[in-house]
Amino acid sequence: MFSFLLNRLAVLAPVFFGVTLLSFGFIRILPGDPVLALSGERSMTPEQHASLLAKLGLDKPLWEQYLNYIGDILQGDFGTSVLTNRPVLDEFLELFPATVELATCAMIFAIVIGLPAGIFAAVKRRTFFDQGIMGISLVGYSMPIFWWGLLLIILFSSILGLTPVSGRLSFMFDVEPVTGFLLIDTLLSDEKGSFASALHHLVLPSIVLGTIPLAIIARQTRSAMLEVLSEDYVRTARAKGLAPIRVYGLHALRNAMITVVTVIGLQVGVLLAGAILTETIFSWPGIGKWIIFSVFSRDYFAVQGGLVLIALCIMSVNLLVDLTYGLINPRILHTR
Amino acid sequence: MSNNAIQDAGHKDVGRQQFAEFWFYFSESKTAVVGLIFLIGVILMAIFADVVAPYDPSEQFRDFLEVPPAWSEGGSSQFLLGTDYAGRDMLSRIIHGSQLSLVAGGIVVLLCLSFGIVIGLTAAYFRGITETLIMRVMDTILAVPGLLMALVLVAILGPGLINAMIAISITYMPYFVRLTRASAISESSRDYVVASRVAGAGRLRIMFITILPNCMAPLIVQATLSFSTAILDTAALGFLGMGAQPPQPEWGTLIAENRDLMLSAPWTVTFPGLAILLAVLAINLLGDGLRDALDPRLKRS
Repeated sequence: MFSFLLNRLAVLAPVFFGVTLLSFGFIRILPGDPVLALSGERSMTPEQHASLLAKLGLDKPLWEQYLNYIGDILQGDFGTSVLTNRPVLDEFLELFPATVELATCAMIFAIVIGLPAGIFAAVKRRTFFDQGIMGISLVGYSMPIFWWGLLLIILFSSILGLTPVSGRLSFMFDVEPVTGFLLIDTLLSDEKGSFASALHHLVLPSIVLGTIPLAIIARQTRSAMLEVLSEDYVRTARAKGLAPIRVYGLHALRNAMITVVTVIGLQVGVLLAGAILTETIFSWPGIGKWIIFSVFSRDYFAVQGGLVLIALCIMSVNLLVDLTYGLINPRILHTR
Repeated sequence: MSNNAIQDAGHKDVGRQQFAEFWFYFSESKTAVVGLIFLIGVILMAIFADVVAPYDPSEQFRDFLEVPPAWSEGGSSQFLLGTDYAGRDMLSRIIHGSQLSLVAGGIVVLLCLSFGIVIGLTAAYFRGITETLIMRVMDTILAVPGLLMALVLVAILGPGLINAMIAISITYMPYFVRLTRASAISESSRDYVVASRVAGAGRLRIMFITILPNCMAPLIVQATLSFSTAILDTAALGFLGMGAQPPQPEWGTLIAENRDLMLSAPWTVTFPGLAILLAVLAINLLGDGLRDALDPRLKRS
């Protein structure tokens, strides 16, 4: 297990340096004078310009700048936002729980519906149900989610008045942030109804963000199940006269899960990209909305730091998926 | 001379036979054929947009602001899908928008295919440090979510449809490079490649004429699927204000510019999105059919 972990880390290390190089290059190849672009100032005296240049470290040779940058990152310094003058890491960590909460709910939504739908479609192969489920999931897979979000707002918030339009919590409540996860914080607080409100605000964004992963999970579960169902051991299990629920649930599903877990893990990138759109539509105060805002307000240090932090998140999750994969399927641990 | 002619005829026959075989498997899937027909319809609509669209996409009918679609109350048969806040005909804007979306998707796929194939073949042929370097760069691009990567690139290049296409192409590139490299490596140890090397074929000839045609099937499938995601991502960038800029009637941009009206005039948001959904759905149906028809593993079963 340990050598397996080391192996995976060895693969991830060059990618991490690639990402730092990318984010480092990003600020240097921005068009125009970097000092003006980074400080957001319109005009300044040559002295101010020189002192800012030195303060930002842009007067040193490129390789030295890069080494300093790597050194800073390894020490947990991801730069300072020009806009708020706060460390990028602090801003990121403050908003991160909101995105994780949303992504988790979206993923639960996707798995709870997608997994059974895929299994059901595989078991009922080539029937009306199979075609129906696969048809719907292809529509979900083709969905422009920013439009889907607006559509749901028009229907559920505006016409039916069932769900709130934006935000994480009703203005009536003032919940003290303990964990940053509102579903937990509202339970800890003594404000009545605040938990329901938080849950209420999560419904539409979770559906919107979960739609594409749901479609992918349903499709992949179906094909993984179909592959496994044609295996000899499933035929043997059937021939032994086991109840269908045992054949599908125990023999087939467990082996199909290997593929499905990988697919689920790969959705993290999809979720974070989707979070950019979903959070923009629902004014959800998370990483996605923050990074868009930073791009628009030309807060390039925030974009740079956010880029590295998001890539780090994705890489850690991929590592976790690899390890889970190894746990479900011990053969992988030993073959490498 | 006559020998050549016979050879040519032979080639043509093989080509026709291959196509017939492909079509046999492809047409088995009714949904794929439906997707193909719908897509051809959309392409024709885009090419003949000036003829098909009832009005100019930027013509403003000042007396007809926010007219609902023809079939709903207060609608007018003059404007089938209604008008927007400036009195522009939604149908005409969507029809003209199909040009932008299809061209954007097409160019992204062409860029990815051409660069992806060249880079992938280079990695597969030279191996060693070149390959490692190329693949690590591709891994790095994949480590950042596609839309975020595209956003950052657009921030560097500046907003606009062309820059959005370039940015999206770069984010899709790794898939094409990986695919080309993997299939080229598995092909390059085959006997026919060794034979042509023994026969004295040069590097470029082996890479592009001997190996490449045998790697095309997965690339075609990937290209089709990327075509649909490229349309989605172009629209997403347009929606975020980083892609096509108003008054260009690109579908995502249309949704963005009418977003404020989505409660008072929902049709201005609904129909452009429906256009995106249908176009993408048609391409994905086509892509599924192509994969089934081109995947030799599925054919045998």
